[in-house]
Amino acid sequence: MVTFTLNGTERTFNGDPDTPLLWVIRDFEKLTGTKYGCGIAQCGACTIHLDGMPRRSCVTPISMIEGSDVVTIEGISGKEAEAIKTAWAAIDVPQCGYCQSGQIMSAVALLQMVPKPTDDDINSAMTGNICRCATYHRIRAAIHAAANSMEG
Amino acid sequence: MAIQDIDITRRGFIAGSGLVIGIAMAPKLLKAAPTGVPAGGGPELVPMNTFVKIGTDDTVTILSKHIEMGQGPFTGLATLVAEEMDADWSQMRAVHAPADNDLYANLAYGIQGTGGSTSIANSFDQIRIAGATARAMLIAAAAKEWQVPVSEITIKKGRIRHAATGKESGFGAFAERAALQNPPAEPKLKAPEDFILIGTDLPKLDTRSKIDGTAVFTLDVMPDNALIAVVAHPEHCGATVKHFDDGEARKVQGVVDVKQVASGIAVYADNTFAGLKGRDALHIEWDLSGAETRSSEEIAADYVRHFDEPGIVATNNGNVDGAFDAPGVQTVEAEIIFPFLAHAPMESLDAVFVMAPDGSLDIYTGAQFPAMDRQVAAEILGMQQSQVRLNTQMTGGAFGRKAQFGSPYMQEAAAVYAASGGSRPLKHMWTREDDIRGGFYRPMYAHKLRGAINQKGEITAWEQIIVGQSILGKVDLDETSVEGASNLPYAIPNLKVTSHNVELVVPPLWWRSVGHTHTGFAVETFVDELLVKIGRDPVEGRLGLLSGRPRHTGVLRKAAEMADWGSAVPEGRARGVAVVESFHSYVAQVVEVSVDPEGIPRVHKVWCAVDCGLAINPNVIKAQMEGGIGYGLGAVLFDAVTLGTGGKIVQSNFHDYRSIRINEMPEVAVEIIKSSERPTGVGEPGVPPIGPAVANAWRSLTGTPVRQLPIVNIV
Ligand code: FES
Ligand code: FES
Repeated sequence: MVTFTLNGTERTFNGDPDTPLLWVIRDFEKLTGTKYGCGIAQCGACTIHLDGMPRRSCVTPISMIEGSDVVTIEGISGKEAEAIKTAWAAIDVPQCGYCQSGQIMSAVALLQMVPKPTDDDINSAMTGNICRCATYHRIRAAIHAAANSMEG
Repeated sequence: MAIQDIDITRRGFIAGSGLVIGIAMAPKLLKAAPTGVPAGGGPELVPMNTFVKIGTDDTVTILSKHIEMGQGPFTGLATLVAEEMDADWSQMRAVHAPADNDLYANLAYGIQGTGGSTSIANSFDQIRIAGATARAMLIAAAAKEWQVPVSEITIKKGRIRHAATGKESGFGAFAERAALQNPPAEPKLKAPEDFILIGTDLPKLDTRSKIDGTAVFTLDVMPDNALIAVVAHPEHCGATVKHFDDGEARKVQGVVDVKQVASGIAVYADNTFAGLKGRDALHIEWDLSGAETRSSEEIAADYVRHFDEPGIVATNNGNVDGAFDAPGVQTVEAEIIFPFLAHAPMESLDAVFVMAPDGSLDIYTGAQFPAMDRQVAAEILGMQQSQVRLNTQMTGGAFGRKAQFGSPYMQEAAAVYAASGGSRPLKHMWTREDDIRGGFYRPMYAHKLRGAINQKGEITAWEQIIVGQSILGKVDLDETSVEGASNLPYAIPNLKVTSHNVELVVPPLWWRSVGHTHTGFAVETFVDELLVKIGRDPVEGRLGLLSGRPRHTGVLRKAAEMADWGSAVPEGRARGVAVVESFHSYVAQVVEVSVDPEGIPRVHKVWCAVDCGLAINPNVIKAQMEGGIGYGLGAVLFDAVTLGTGGKIVQSNFHDYRSIRINEMPEVAVEIIKSSERPTGVGEPGVPPIGPAVANAWRSLTGTPVRQLPIVNIV
């Protein structure tokens, strides 16, 4: 049995310990904001925060997260998250939207670590998140806008 | 254990799957999982007509006959309705229309469908009329209630008013009564000069839900007690199951059943991971007798043999042979090979089936041809179509992948559901591997181009031979193979374009911008080479050949102006240009390129000008240009589905079917040509120019023309 915190609530799981966190979140916890895109840590659609760090939940077996703190798009909060969501809406970033939970989770983690990221910082933090609609141009603009909004 | 033996109660499911409910549940976690968005909106909405419903809370919901895949039809169509109703943007909502070929046919092709960049173009009049009709019915209802003449009632920002009496109301209060009014025979549409919303950057209706994770995609539809089904597919197109052993698979905790279906072996499980683990544990021997066993290289070699055979004539103007044979003529030649391309939408194919207590069926899926999907599912399940509701869900991209004649994906999904016996709801999903190896690619093509330059340095003839699969499965001319070449915009007096339809086992499909994915590249790189050969500047030279083509000229001049074409280029960089008309929209792009450390083109900046007629929502148009540029650029730089020796598909996921990423995305500037022409599409037209513009810059930078794609494979 694995016990962990999900968006601030204690949860337990006693199914197959190999089950990736992604499928625990989706199939068992029924939180559907976190997406499947590749299953092999290539696309970032499944990005969540594990103990405050961005992590691909599709390659994180549930057995690894005993006692950990998991935050998904449904639970993300704080000033960085607010700034990112506001900028994302103002710049109308999403197209199909399917990758966007993962993009936002990566972007929030970036701002939590680097309040004023450069283009290079954005590249290294966001390269793991594929957007097939190629909203990258706006993702970059929104991260800069969010960073600027937090300054004042 | 077979599916029928399963305890299908909720309690049984929870116990069986090993889920233990924690003690303290936050409200967030108590929220029920999405059970799918019903097509057409909820019963609380009052229908005014086929496309517009009004809620008692004053909301106006449009029924979009086009699926929202990210290209913005929800927003665009709602803008048109809001404009004609004089609604306020904040009251607008959008849902997908039910699957119905009679009510919701795409006027461009006669069945319900999204594709060909047609959503705004074909709905422009239809949905404005729906909005104007609803407006007239609201006014009629208010006039009756307030006992005042219709002509004295005004609507502004969603408020119905009668100035003289000071009466005022929202839409909701009159919804029921408005629905009982006779619709006007010929509702009056606004004149363009009266537009308030059209042409403004209204925020997209679906943005919010896509930011907070609440948007519901098919994969998110989670009926209680659902089975998850995945199918093991072959690694060769056209292979079938010869023999399989499911002993190990059935031992996997959570696997419920295993069945053979036409396309492979289906594994049914209580959760996704169990299904995937079970699928991995299958042992399958495939029968390759009907499979494609040639490699891509062998197929390409077979393709180019057709260059010497007579083809199907698409265009034959003037006297091409005579022009090449004229004395002193210089001939320029090029052969270009295009690979198979997967669409790789972020959400791969999926569908959810839920039987209602009365025996009718709800299907949730993201289909570009929903009514065809419904028909196919009903046939496979032996049901009346009237018993099947196909609820189109928002979908995580498609790019053409979810528009298939005969609905082969739904054939598999419905067969998997049928084989389960239907005692539990079922979600069928494709993994990324299924998607990349699933066929239905943009076909391989080979082009041979010949250009004649006379002694005066004029381009006097253009011959183009195109070899590839017919996407429409035709034996005679398939327009989608030659579009963009057969109607070459350049004034070259002698023009001949022929095509050869080649049959392969690999199923073909349209891919964002269809024929223009290859004809745009071939035409725009070759004309560039010819122009350089005769000493002309690529922009000036094109303009010289585009007389009588004002819209091509307009976007080309605009993009050149934006890029300050002709000005000094930073050291180590070169610029390239291309202009392509597709789906009645015109797009020109100028790119600035250097060589990156990998030795491939690094695209720094793209200047893009688009003429798509009347701009409904500039913000959406710009987004589609940006997205089209990224999608097209990723493909020309990195993408190919390759058949290896023996025909086995080499790629399987994003590690070897490489997607463009944020560090490879150029800066993009977009300008929209002001126009009062009818609006045309933007979902695809941003794609075709980017590849040739990059290849042209690359040739000018390195001296090497791009004759094979993707570029990463040749440098
Ligand atoms: S689904 Fe986890 S990285 Fe793609
Ligand atoms: S918005 Fe569609 S994949 Fe990113």
